[in-house]
Amino acid sequence: MRRFVEGFLCMLGAEPKKPGQHSGQISEEVCRIMERKREDKSRIKEHLHEEARRQPRHAWRNRRWAVLAAVNLLFVFSFWLDIQVLEGALTASRFVGFHLIDLNAALQVMLAHKHIIVNFVVGTFTVFLLWVLLGGRSFCSWVCPYHLVSELTEKIHLALVRRKIVTDHEFHRGARTVFWVLFAVLAFVTGYTVFETISPVGILSRALIYGPGLALAWVFLLLLFEVFWSRRAWCRYVCPIGLTYGVVGTISPLQVNYHVEPCFHEGDCRKVCLVPHVLDVTIKGRATEAQMGLGPDCTRCGLCVDACPTGALHFKVKGLSKLL
Amino acid sequence: MSGPEPTPVPRLKPVVSAEKARRARRKFIRSAVLLSGMLGVSLLGVLPVLRMRVKRLRPPGALDEDDFLASCIKCGQCLQVCPVSAIRLGDLDEGTGIGVPYIAVREQACDFSCDAVQCVLACPTGALIYTKPDFFPVRKGAGLAKPPVLKARADEQEPALNLHERMGLARLVRPEACLAVQGKGFSGPARGVAFKGRMRYMDVDRWKPIPVRDHPYERELCDLCVTECPIDDAIALEAFTDTDGRRRFRPVVREQCVGCGVCEMICPVEPTAIEIESRAVWKMNGESV
Repeated sequence: MRRFVEGFLCMLGAEPKKPGQHSGQISEEVCRIMERKREDKSRIKEHLHEEARRQPRHAWRNRRWAVLAAVNLLFVFSFWLDIQVLEGALTASRFVGFHLIDLNAALQVMLAHKHIIVNFVVGTFTVFLLWVLLGGRSFCSWVCPYHLVSELTEKIHLALVRRKIVTDHEFHRGARTVFWVLFAVLAFVTGYTVFETISPVGILSRALIYGPGLALAWVFLLLLFEVFWSRRAWCRYVCPIGLTYGVVGTISPLQVNYHVEPCFHEGDCRKVCLVPHVLDVTIKGRATEAQMGLGPDCTRCGLCVDACPTGALHFKVKGLSKLL
Repeated sequence: MSGPEPTPVPRLKPVVSAEKARRARRKFIRSAVLLSGMLGVSLLGVLPVLRMRVKRLRPPGALDEDDFLASCIKCGQCLQVCPVSAIRLGDLDEGTGIGVPYIAVREQACDFSCDAVQCVLACPTGALIYTKPDFFPVRKGAGLAKPPVLKARADEQEPALNLHERMGLARLVRPEACLAVQGKGFSGPARGVAFKGRMRYMDVDRWKPIPVRDHPYERELCDLCVTECPIDDAIALEAFTDTDGRRRFRPVVREQCVGCGVCEMICPVEPTAIEIESRAVWKMNGESV
């Protein structure tokens, strides 16, 4: 329960807590593992890391990109070729007739409009269940088109950082929580879904399906901001959609799981992560259990799973092994 | 001077924490700037919408503008089902709300060739709705006196559209330009050969709208707005005597007008003699407001 609350607060913007060395928060098993790792010189971590860096793995990333492209193309072709499988855009759609409504868009409309109809409730609840099962913020990395564009331009940002042309300016992660509250209040007060005006997710999705428009200029500005000023700024510090799905993800059984035993605490996973604070458990001395699920802010993108040279990070469905 | 020795202050630590505090302060200020910047941008985009500077025609069955703007989720499902692609989504510069649907009738009017107002059926949030719940009042003169009968379905058992309120109202805004008023006829494609608008012609194909340019007209007295109007008893040519004492005809909009915009789309003069006024209501003396 304590970890659950901590993970939630961390998603809202709190700094991850360090467990006290002698407070008994770290389980005996972890203490034993850490002791053993200190003594075990036979495993040459540098060797493993070098190997991994020579042959980077992209298994999960490729799978994810394929899914993301497939979902968005299904939207596009449903309209263009009139195959009518997934009609609408990311904010609301119909999958072979079943209503699906994006949770954040639904929230904005409910607050602005203050009335809801049956189809709307059905669509919202279906999507809620879907993302409870699929991991909450997995929406971000596996479906959101802005995530993909931003992931690609992030490579430019990182190249510029390596050449010391730009530096990454961090913001307070709590800003996203403030945005979430502010946009909710704005929707309620103005009676208009204010956030949708600047949401690059909706803009990109509609541009893909209905053709490009001027609104893409805003998406372009955001990308420029991310390349030259702050790494993945929209997803990290602004996007209330991410927080909404993050909240859903708190009760999701699908998680990335961390094993202390094979971990060498080198931090390769944190370097590739969109939300590195969820990987703070991989810092030496932070893990309290031998196996831990990452916090709800994790987008389940699998970059860390690919990056880890020693297999300390895995996808896991909680309770599945018990079921089988 | 004697006294207690001042406790030596450890020098290194304060320097480090001062640097830390400075960084934290900068980060905080940066975040505050980000917050106000994003909010500023979002409000910039919203203000023209909320002030309703641009009065666009909304699709059939739309709630009143305030409620419509509040409830539209900007998914474009209404656009996807429209057989003549009359519905478009607002862009950044249009002041009608990004992603909110509207109809530009001069380019492409809603001719009800779907027969069933499918866009209303497609709407997931009830922003377009067949029958308004009781707590949404109907503006006086916005409600239709009787269900609008679709000319194309006049012979059928259920000829009326499931539409209870008008989208707007047609008005002869430039009577001096109207061909009928001038006593002139019209021949050829209504809007020229470059016009892209489409319409359903019952004598061509009931289910497949064709380009208006492929359907030329031949009229001794232009009455396109009357004959092409998809709704029964919504507009008619009426005789009048002009100032020179000659007998003339002019189109007169009637109470059954739903504001679909076919008359404006088909009007062959440039600029159009008849126009749709969005969200206009019917007044008993026949004047729209």
